[in-house]
Amino acid sequence: MTASVGDASSLDAATKIRYKSPTARGRLPALIIFLPPAILLFTLFVILPMGEAAWYSLYRWNGYGTPTEFVGVRNFEVLFNNAAFSRALINNGLIIVVSLLLQIPLAIWLAVMLSRKMAGVVAFRLVFFLPYVLADVAAGLIWRFVYDGDYGLFAAIAGFFGVATPYVLADRDLAIYAVLAVIIWKYFGFHMMLFIAGLQSLDKSIMEAAEIDGATGWQRFRYVTLPLLGSTVRLSVFFAIIGSLQLFDLIMPLTGGGPSNSTQTMVTFLYTYGVTRMQVGLGSAVGVVLFVICVTIAFGYKRIFMRHD
Amino acid sequence: MTNHDKATPLWGVRLTALAAATALTSLLGAQAAAAQTVVKWMHVETIPAYIEAWEGIAKDYETQHPDVDIQLQFLENEAFKAKLPTLLQSDAAPDFFYSWGGGVLRQQAQTGALMDLTAAMNADDGAWAKTYKPAAVAGLTFDGKIHVVPYRMGTVSFFYNKDLFAKAGVKAEDIKTWNDFLGAVKTLKAADITPIAGGGGDKWPLHFYWSYLVMRNGGEQVFEAAKNKQGEGFMDPTVIKAGEQLAELGKLEPFQNGYLGASWSQTLGTFGDGKAAMLLGFENTEPNQRKNAGDGKGLASDQIGRFAFPIVEGGAGKVTDTLGGLNGWGVTKGASPAALDFLRFLTSQETERELAAKGMIIPAAANAEEGLKDRLMREAADQLAASTWHQNFFDQDLGPSVGRVVNDISVDILSGQMSPEEGAQAIQDAIELE
Repeated sequence: MTASVGDASSLDAATKIRYKSPTARGRLPALIIFLPPAILLFTLFVILPMGEAAWYSLYRWNGYGTPTEFVGVRNFEVLFNNAAFSRALINNGLIIVVSLLLQIPLAIWLAVMLSRKMAGVVAFRLVFFLPYVLADVAAGLIWRFVYDGDYGLFAAIAGFFGVATPYVLADRDLAIYAVLAVIIWKYFGFHMMLFIAGLQSLDKSIMEAAEIDGATGWQRFRYVTLPLLGSTVRLSVFFAIIGSLQLFDLIMPLTGGGPSNSTQTMVTFLYTYGVTRMQVGLGSAVGVVLFVICVTIAFGYKRIFMRHD
Repeated sequence: MTNHDKATPLWGVRLTALAAATALTSLLGAQAAAAQTVVKWMHVETIPAYIEAWEGIAKDYETQHPDVDIQLQFLENEAFKAKLPTLLQSDAAPDFFYSWGGGVLRQQAQTGALMDLTAAMNADDGAWAKTYKPAAVAGLTFDGKIHVVPYRMGTVSFFYNKDLFAKAGVKAEDIKTWNDFLGAVKTLKAADITPIAGGGGDKWPLHFYWSYLVMRNGGEQVFEAAKNKQGEGFMDPTVIKAGEQLAELGKLEPFQNGYLGASWSQTLGTFGDGKAAMLLGFENTEPNQRKNAGDGKGLASDQIGRFAFPIVEGGAGKVTDTLGGLNGWGVTKGASPAALDFLRFLTSQETERELAAKGMIIPAAANAEEGLKDRLMREAADQLAASTWHQNFFDQDLGPSVGRVVNDISVDILSGQMSPEEGAQAIQDAIELE
């Protein structure tokens, strides 16, 4: 930490020295020339749409003409009284919990095994990383087929054992778990890669020292590897949470949010209720809620957990 | 949503469409040097053979009118619907586009995005309007105004597998009332045959049941009143009764396993593979079950029979009341006279007869049915010709937001997730929010 501060200030000093040259006054023109395009683009494509969404969320509007019917916070009232939206919030929470409790430990475990120098390690890394490379929609379609009760892999397995085929994606109680399984399958490889990168940057001599001191494998992992991997874990958790909140393209081909809204997430809810029903106002309200949640978590998390990273 | 286009495997077709569209655009680009009136036409079509047919018609017209350049754009269903609202309000609006009529069209008309065709249609003693079936024009008229050129009609009916019916000893001719129908379902189940193929994953395939039951119980008056927020609306006792009858059907577990996750294509496939005895589907169910069947062949045309949705005892609706599509070309306010002329050509008796001969549509143009060669399509056309009340799909007619609620509650009532009263209340709530 201190080292990095030192680096930064010495860098600052270096820049300051450079700007002492006659061209130092050239900094303002550079700003004038280079900043406006960036600000313009950022405003046009980020700030403005966000502002517009917030504005639309106060109107009842179907996308035609200009919004004229001001309804105050009614869209938000409708939203929070909507059972499907509550379900979506719960599902988003569930996805986060599963990501943290199952996906990340699995990824760490695999990363620890695959960061060793062994024959075939690279092949394994590739295999585990492969699902992440696949497009979400393609993965969704593949798994829809796997789960299919008539012609899919599940049907074949059930047929082999002579039991009745479960139609998991058509079952209100099971569908969300089927989706969760796909989510873990799809993204654990990404987190594993993060951890492998983290592990490789660790100082080998510390590990050796622990070994010489007689620490067992678990102790080495628990007291040496894991603390040193802290920043990577925090980063990985951050990605998992934000990714979970934005989950959409995996679910659409799998279940489309059904049956009976049991696999809805906030974004699929936004699409189903806002876009396809042409309730732009309500959809914008979902967008605002999602934005607030994401921003709160992102900044809160960075402040609390990642402030030293 | 209710469109047979959904039954097509999407990606391949879309690619073909894209390739076709690109080829066409580049071709047209080369000619753009000549001064031409450009007519822009936006359509939802993903079947390559049909796209070819549309392009053929455009080409024919261009040969006759060298000064007109027709540009077609084919989109997939959801993309089309997402794009249209923005396009209609921009300078890039097409001259005309595919429309399902109903609540969406009404909204579009109310914003002034569409051209008022009433005067043009009725000029010369209604010379233009008279080229279409009166029911088609009436169904596409809103608040006394016409914004759409009628093009096709369709109807939803029961299709059944003759072999499976024979095996179970069920006779389609004997299914006259809802109770007969429930009886047939029980007999089929007793014979270890899945009675009905249902597409609960897409939801709208099941909303046909609720729609038809509402039509059979309440009749036109009750539905019109409910739609226009009059009387008891959707809390009318006949509407609740329709829900109760739907729940009764659901309790018999008449559908294939996993129907709640099944898409419409899968449902057609289930029927085509002979794994279910009945299907409540569109007029073009026969070619579509063939396409979606596991072996690509499906049931032979003569293996499939057809019967109208049964009446309910004591209900106000008649067996001749039909539910189905009513499509037209929505004309935008900036459409050129050339576009209108082309539309008359496109929906003329001759062109529509040709399209009917290809099995693409049941024409909205008057006296164009004779083109229909297929028996089942012909039966649908005859049923429509004798229709005492043709009702557009509920999920179209009630507009996108209330329409989707109808789809939701239909599935939930059928699967026992929601009581008939709760279902009716959900629709009433949605329509009051409109």
